[in-house]
Amino acid sequence: MTNEELKQRFTELLPGAIYDETGEFLNVIINSEVLLPFVKELRNNDTLSFDYLFCLTCVDWKDHLMMVYHLLSKDHKHTVVVKAKITDITNPEIESVSSIWKTANFHEREVYDLFGVKFLNHPDLRRIFLDEDWPGHPLRKNYVDENMIEI
Amino acid sequence: MSALIEEDYITEEGEFVINIGPQHPSTHGVLHIKAWLDGETIKKVQPHLGYIHRSIEKMSESLSYRNFIFVTSRMDYISAHINNEACALAVEKGLQIEAPPRAQVIRILMAELTRLASHQLWWGATGLDLGAITPFFHAFREREAIITIMENTCGARLTQNYMVPGGVMYDLHPDFQKETKAIVKQVKEKLGEYEDLLTGNVIFEQRTKGVGYISKEDAISYGCSGPTARASGVSCDVRKWFPYDGYDKVVFDEVLDTGGDCYARYMVRMREMVQCCDIIDQLIDNIPEGDFQAKTKNVIKLPKGEFYQRVETARGELGVYLVSDGAASPYRIKYRSPNFSNLSALEHMAVGGKIGDLVAIMATLDLVIPDIDR
Repeated sequence: MTNEELKQRFTELLPGAIYDETGEFLNVIINSEVLLPFVKELRNNDTLSFDYLFCLTCVDWKDHLMMVYHLLSKDHKHTVVVKAKITDITNPEIESVSSIWKTANFHEREVYDLFGVKFLNHPDLRRIFLDEDWPGHPLRKNYVDENMIEI
Repeated sequence: MSALIEEDYITEEGEFVINIGPQHPSTHGVLHIKAWLDGETIKKVQPHLGYIHRSIEKMSESLSYRNFIFVTSRMDYISAHINNEACALAVEKGLQIEAPPRAQVIRILMAELTRLASHQLWWGATGLDLGAITPFFHAFREREAIITIMENTCGARLTQNYMVPGGVMYDLHPDFQKETKAIVKQVKEKLGEYEDLLTGNVIFEQRTKGVGYISKEDAISYGCSGPTARASGVSCDVRKWFPYDGYDKVVFDEVLDTGGDCYARYMVRMREMVQCCDIIDQLIDNIPEGDFQAKTKNVIKLPKGEFYQRVETARGELGVYLVSDGAASPYRIKYRSPNFSNLSALEHMAVGGKIGDLVAIMATLDLVIPDIDR
């Protein structure tokens, strides 16, 4: 499907979605509350079938956190980037997508470890790299560590 | 890591827990695997990571667009060239420039030599893991010659730091073509020897055939890439899907297998070595004349926006997700490393098998731990 057709389908699924086409891929920006039903449809609908989650990460924009999901369909060869905005930065929470793509299990643990985003209904939410008692989340912009030096 | 201080090494169901690593030779680095066993049968596997986590992503946020590339040599240190290439391409995408033709060909040649060397290291180490010590010496004979070519051109053996935004750092060594032709000829001759040593060996076949199976659907769901996914029949070669640096002008096959087990993964890599040699053969006499580097400003600043670049390393798809806010260093950078996703499929492959199979699975996944931890 072309980006125009994809946009049309997404608007049918989720009327309030915002689109950004300035980059390489089509970006769909949604609220974090509607993430799970939306991506479930993206994965299971035969005309969309986004079966390959090739990148899952988070970006700290200081006033909000942005979860970024890069999705590819192996059958239809189209790509989309789903972005879910989390406005609560002190206690960020979002639904886990590990029931849809199994690779999300590890990637979400990484985001939980380094950004502190709590994934609801995740099967095994533990820190993946750092110790459980590590203070703070290193990839957040407000993270401070006395051992950090300016390069 | 808290697992080390747990006391219940025998569970109520009579299963017992063993820790493999972080200093076990078969884990090829500091990977710690906690395995729940019933007799010899694996019930559950849990990788514990972080022993070599350096937070390269955080470090990159305070480095310039020229410097952050070289930190990535320390991720997948056996494919250092290809890691650097991914970052250089991501910066080029932001600058909207392309490397000159000569630089592109040099990049492909170097990347394929790296892949060849990486697969040879893997082949030797796999034999070693499964009880055959001779392959290691054979593989290192050829690998050493490739590493020497790298040293002559780039000045370093492993962490070459040869790619820069806009091309490569300096021109090829005068003897590069002669030496490369010699080593490719040698590898082609010796590949038959490799097959004789390991491929048809009865013990080797019994330890790998039908072991560590993963289906096509699961490989896609677990985000596997590279030879691991291609052995399950998933077409995922980035060089074919999203060609970069002129890979679309080179003739080669995407190696696919449908076995899905350790043996299939082994065969995919063996056949990929032949493809590497073919690609090098096509290009080695046709290196275009001209600049080896496009002109770029001393201080690179990318426009505001997001850039995603993926390349095919020896282990699979490496993605560089670069977020720029217009400053002289990246706002956020994420490396989607192939080993991290491949490792997440380890439990799926290992459960139900024997503890000895775990070593075979880890060997054919070709894990590089610094790439997992980053």
